Amino acid sequence: MSALSVSVSRTCPATGRTIHLSAERLIKVNAVVAVVSLLVGTIAALLLVLTRWQAVHLLPAVWYYRLLGVHGMNMLIFFIIYFEMAVLWFASTVLLNARPAAPRFGWFNFGLMLLGTLIVEWAQWSGRADVLFTSYPPLKAHPLFYLGVIFFAVGALLVTCQFFATLVIAKREKTYVGSVPLVVYGAVTAAIIAVITLVHGAMVYVPTFLWSVGLIPEVDPQLYRLLWWALGHSSQQINVAAMVAIWYMLGALTVGSVVLNEKVSRSAFVLYIMFISMASAHHLLVDPGFSSAWKIVNTSYFMYMAVLASMVHGFTVPAGMELGMRLRGYNDGLFGWLRHAPWGDPGFSSLVLSVVVFGFVGGITGVTLGTEQINIIAHNTLRIPGHFHSTVVSGTALAFMGATYYLLPLIFRKKVAFWKLAKIQPYLFAGGLLLLVMGMTFAGSFGVPRRHWDISFSQAPYDVQFNPAVDLFLAMMGIGGIIAVTGALSFIAIAVVSVFFGKPVGDMPRGPDIVGIPPGLTNPPVHVANVDELNEALHAPSRGIFGATPGTLVLVGVFLVAFILYYFANWKLLTFLWKIG
Amino acid sequence: MLTKVHTGLDPVPGIWWRPAHKAEKVWVAIAFAWCMVLFAMMPLWHFRGGQNPSGVRRRVDPKTYYARTLAFAKQYKVAEDRGVPIVQAPPGSDVYLVGLTFQWYPILQLERGKEYMLHLSSLDVNHGFSLFPVNVNFQIVPGYDYALRVTPTASGDFRIICNEFCGIGHHTMVGRVIVVDETGKPVADNSHAAVKSGDQP
Ligand SMILES: [Cu+2]
Repeated sequence: MSALSVSVSRTCPATGRTIHLSAERLIKVNAVVAVVSLLVGTIAALLLVLTRWQAVHLLPAVWYYRLLGVHGMNMLIFFIIYFEMAVLWFASTVLLNARPAAPRFGWFNFGLMLLGTLIVEWAQWSGRADVLFTSYPPLKAHPLFYLGVIFFAVGALLVTCQFFATLVIAKREKTYVGSVPLVVYGAVTAAIIAVITLVHGAMVYVPTFLWSVGLIPEVDPQLYRLLWWALGHSSQQINVAAMVAIWYMLGALTVGSVVLNEKVSRSAFVLYIMFISMASAHHLLVDPGFSSAWKIVNTSYFMYMAVLASMVHGFTVPAGMELGMRLRGYNDGLFGWLRHAPWGDPGFSSLVLSVVVFGFVGGITGVTLGTEQINIIAHNTLRIPGHFHSTVVSGTALAFMGATYYLLPLIFRKKVAFWKLAKIQPYLFAGGLLLLVMGMTFAGSFGVPRRHWDISFSQAPYDVQFNPAVDLFLAMMGIGGIIAVTGALSFIAIAVVSVFFGKPVGDMPRGPDIVGIPPGLTNPPVHVANVDELNEALHAPSRGIFGATPGTLVLVGVFLVAFILYYFANWKLLTFLWKIG
Repeated sequence: MLTKVHTGLDPVPGIWWRPAHKAEKVWVAIAFAWCMVLFAMMPLWHFRGGQNPSGVRRRVDPKTYYARTLAFAKQYKVAEDRGVPIVQAPPGSDVYLVGLTFQWYPILQLERGKEYMLHLSSLDVNHGFSLFPVNVNFQIVPGYDYALRVTPTASGDFRIICNEFCGIGHHTMVGRVIVVDETGKPVADNSHAAVKSGDQP
């Protein structure tokens, strides 16, 4: 590296990695826009939850449906994809010490995404796109709405291409030795799924745009649903891959997680690439357009191979944490490693809560709801948002929040503001969401529909009276929602104040706890001096089947039992229905 | 730094294709076996279970479908509720239901324990068929005729809630299905879905 590169890069004080300033700026703007989108989506969330809580019933119908569209676009698309763009830039440059490919083009693509975002926001807020997040034709929005989505998707697609180009540069310029780290491998997985997803986005939004301006007569509603979900669900699979990559990253930063076996973890990512995009069929299980064979093959991700991948990560992530802690000397008993874990580190608590809620609630409900027949009792009920708020929100968004607590000092070089609040924020957010999700799931089990303004049906020709328990579950959802919104707003306040008014980090002295700096940075998780010896001993055949990570094996055993119980309980429920064939 | 263990942040030098530990292999095997159980359940239910969303599916022109529904309603009309015909066709026959913003047409009257071919379609946009309080849900897509063999197992006065957003009046889209027992009376085992006003047959 010559003197020239000194002026365009700096060395990270915590990790010793080279950070190129041109990449750093792109990471920053994407992260900032992500947080702004999160703010818009969170305000909408508060108003929505206060409307669905039938006892409060805040918004009029028009604004409920309008803000539901706003909430979906900002949370599922803008917040998450901008953050993923930041993750792609971070993984390809910072983690590999590499310079970004064509940073100016990166700014152009960012501009394209931003333009698309602004157009979509304008169309939605002005009432020109009251077609909800899914915009199923023949419901029609203003043509600019579709065009905005296209701009955004094309911009994101081009950034993904730049990510691959940056990987090539890093390889060619030998900025690292050997194979890319597992976290980058996970980011590559996310990027590949992103390409598949965004191409589907183009396939569905380009003809829909042409239809909206009258250039083609119609869009087949069933074909649209198929292609749209190849965008809509697969975009959530980008999140899953990115989230798992962040799990590995946060594990390494907070407790010195090790990778048990590269082969196993990487193979699981490959399974994601091969099978997870088939998940879009989950939305079409009770649609008239497809045969049962097609539904079974696709919704099972061809024999549940993507579920297998998640179950593998569900083991290797906590097992990596357990082994990491044991290799740091916390080797007592089955769960000593958990007792000594840094629960006050928001990066760590986010990681654990994300893994637990995503796995136990999101994963189990997802597989169950995505079963061809069980979907009959769940399709379009509140059980569905109950499920995806436990995956995308409690899982992905929480993992992103946890990563932010480390990105603030590392990339923005600012201390985390409101440090005490930051320490409890993940618990607040996850706790609120857990209540919300349970309320939604139980209410949905009683037949309460999703995307529905008034379940008192006051203007309907016939009355519908839900079981009185529904009121309780909707109150649970409302209160949970308010707590979760408080958690999200706390995060936003922390992020915004840190970025714009935060104290600069300066040196990061090792040892002392410093307010505003996650303990993983000032007290980096260091393994014991004789780490290889200890590792060898932990893996000794004499330790038997439980091996180096007995605690994790117990935990995944509990998970499996919960999974089996919930799954078969739903089959049992199904048998109470009318005969249908 | 040069230890054999490394975190997910470190590039991996040399060959990382090593055999996994026994515990990991066991978990992967268990997870794989469970995935096979999950996979087997769906085809199995088609042979041994009674609730399958397969049905007969074909494209249909909305106008043709509507004409067919009107003819069906005219042929088997037995009563009326606020202008909407109550239609009772003999068991085993095809019964037609249509969704349009923001109503369901007609009101179906079925017999408990008898099988019917229930046709579902839409005249305009996507709708959601949600039978309350049984919680049976199907997607209704314009241009497609979804024909399901259904056998009501309990009698009562049921509701159809639209559970797919179909426009600003979506939440007012409620229909009615009446299931009568052998004596011809709907048994009041469905206390949560009673008629708000008007004549009860
Ligand atoms: Cu409707």
